[in-house]
Amino acid sequence: MNISIVNGRLIDPANDRDEPLDLHIYGQQIVAIGEPPEGFEPHETIDAAGKIVCPGLVDISASLRDPGSGVKGDIDSETRAAARGGITTLVCTPDTDPVIDTPAVIELIHRTARKLRRTRVLTTAALTQGLKGEQLSNMAALQAAGAVALSNGSWPLANTLVERRALEYASTFGMTVMLRPEDQHLRAGGCAHEGAVATRLGLPGIPAAAETVAVARDLALAEHTGARVHFHALSAAGSVRQLREARSSRLDVSADVAAHQLHLTEMDIEDFDANCHVSPPLRTLADRDALRQAVADGTIPAICSDHQPHEQDAKEAPFPETAPGISGLETLLALTLRLVDEGVLPLREAIARITCGPADLLGLPQGRFEVGGGADVCIFDPQADWTMSRDAMQSEGHNSPFDGWDFSGPVTHTLFNGRLVYRRD
Amino acid sequence: MARHEHNNIQLDAEGRLRHFLSIEGLDRELLTRILDTAESFAALPGRPVKKVPALRGRVITNLFFETSTRTRTTFELAAKRLSADVLNFNVSTSATAKGETLLDTLRNIEAMHSEMFIVRHSQSGAAHFIARHAAPGVSVINAGDGRHAHPTQAMLDMFTIRRHKGDFTPLRVAIVGDVLHSRVARSQILALNTLGVTEVRVIGPHTLIPTEARTLGVHVYHDLDEGLREVDVVIMLRLQKERMDGALLPSEEEYFRLYGLTNERLERARPDAIVMHPGPMNRGVEMDSEVADGPRSVILQQVSYGIAVRMAVMSMCIQTHAESPA
Repeated sequence: MNISIVNGRLIDPANDRDEPLDLHIYGQQIVAIGEPPEGFEPHETIDAAGKIVCPGLVDISASLRDPGSGVKGDIDSETRAAARGGITTLVCTPDTDPVIDTPAVIELIHRTARKLRRTRVLTTAALTQGLKGEQLSNMAALQAAGAVALSNGSWPLANTLVERRALEYASTFGMTVMLRPEDQHLRAGGCAHEGAVATRLGLPGIPAAAETVAVARDLALAEHTGARVHFHALSAAGSVRQLREARSSRLDVSADVAAHQLHLTEMDIEDFDANCHVSPPLRTLADRDALRQAVADGTIPAICSDHQPHEQDAKEAPFPETAPGISGLETLLALTLRLVDEGVLPLREAIARITCGPADLLGLPQGRFEVGGGADVCIFDPQADWTMSRDAMQSEGHNSPFDGWDFSGPVTHTLFNGRLVYRRD
Repeated sequence: MARHEHNNIQLDAEGRLRHFLSIEGLDRELLTRILDTAESFAALPGRPVKKVPALRGRVITNLFFETSTRTRTTFELAAKRLSADVLNFNVSTSATAKGETLLDTLRNIEAMHSEMFIVRHSQSGAAHFIARHAAPGVSVINAGDGRHAHPTQAMLDMFTIRRHKGDFTPLRVAIVGDVLHSRVARSQILALNTLGVTEVRVIGPHTLIPTEARTLGVHVYHDLDEGLREVDVVIMLRLQKERMDGALLPSEEEYFRLYGLTNERLERARPDAIVMHPGPMNRGVEMDSEVADGPRSVILQQVSYGIAVRMAVMSMCIQTHAESPA
């Protein structure tokens, strides 16, 4: 099917493009940017007048719960949510059931996703078998099966020797290791940032040091092993400071931040709102501002959804007993655009943080427009407003703290591999 | 108007008490009304009739997810003196392990037409959670949730202080011990500041004082002798034995040596200072028996005032529901 997307403002940060340009798609590929190729006859023309046409979003950390019980979601429901959110490349986390620690699970996920043809699903494989932090996973086999990175999910390694060996072994194959920096002893069963709000509400606290101690340790091991380390979901200003320093001394480390960390703070857990129970926890305004600054200056080149869908029961309990996490696929673009509205960074940079920024971290070809490249496209309307509603969510998990928030720039079309997978009514 | 604009779940549109979950968000006028109402009930034991018919025909349920004979008994006694029928549920943690959620438990008991839940739970926020999900017309009273709040205990302490000191405004109050884990301390601090005392101090080692304690509106002391200087009220907190395991304290002996209250140390306080303890007390750990049984101690009076304060809160909540049908 031939599609032309015309009259839009095309923003493609990887190629420094921000101008009115048409996009022409033949089959799964982009065949021209600007003038159509001679004799090109579109079967469908999408009029993008007043809209922004950008590469399909790349989200490097989403829990899809598949394989799993299906209660919290599956690849079908979550790729539907991704399409609505303008996301065409999803990197799923290994915390499935069974865990992504064998090639068979990777193949199962890829097969399911390919059949649905709604978004590209890539996998991060487990760093250790069963994510138990004891034995190394079969990294070479997992890489051969298609794993784009390794991670131990939300279970940071407690044993520094295992971490050292895992980093060394991964570096043998040049694989990126995504670490969630957190010291389990300092976390000590906490459920909220150890600050003024947790003090008042009597919630067991997680100090910022639980993260900064782990970042320091991980950086030392990254330097020692020469492994390619990526920090997933930073939450503390102290972590940003260490990251900045490490990068200036040319250490090959990178980081991402969850979109919600750039907007919410510890103040949002007032009234014990379980939808604001996340891990790492929401911290102070100063932490949020440090994260925003790092996103603006590129120290943190990627914003992710840190998508964690949950069934209603998982959030209906006293705050400390609820499951942490936000269903975030459908608000990734909205929260990123809101940074532009609030003057944190220019639009083109913001789009880079959710397209080529994350793609480059994992060496993926996506997140950019290239003639001859795959036709993954997100079109949104910067002049329109929309109100986030839990009831309208496509994700199986309706656990979003952004219910009722007004956003700009609703996604109007999502194309994956040249195929329209979402259109706003 | 400005008083209720933050949508406090505890209050109805007219600012009357619907639930009693926390001192937070309640103003001085309301706290004073609770104390005044309690005063009218406190006179009762001296009279021949110990019961009032305020809650005749109402069903009140003690919903305890954490065992506490003392607190449950005072609530039960308070309910009976108001002529209410009382149901007691001790929900063991195994009920949730069997797959029944807290909401399931709540719905089951609601079906018994209970109009009030007295809730105790080991997790902070549990009482708020139940209040948010309870049927309209059902009041929830927090009998202690995790480290968060224990507002009836705090109010009975305020009642005790008012009985002995009259006016709150000139008072300096010291709270000594494990503030970090104490729901009682959090509620006391809020109540004391709302009632307008001159100063609230917390005294303890760094490991037992929350890192952001100052944001609660207190002055932090780590030295007992210094912290007790010129105070009018000393509140000793219970020290749980398990604090030694979490590397928070080296030993009971060292704790008593540094923070245990003795008659000698009490000399630093004002001559008419009173000593309180929310109980149950560890003699020789938080304080010397000499102090506990001495003339400054008002610990036993606290217990008897507890019934009057709980009667006050229960009758106020039920009255709000009676006057504003949901």
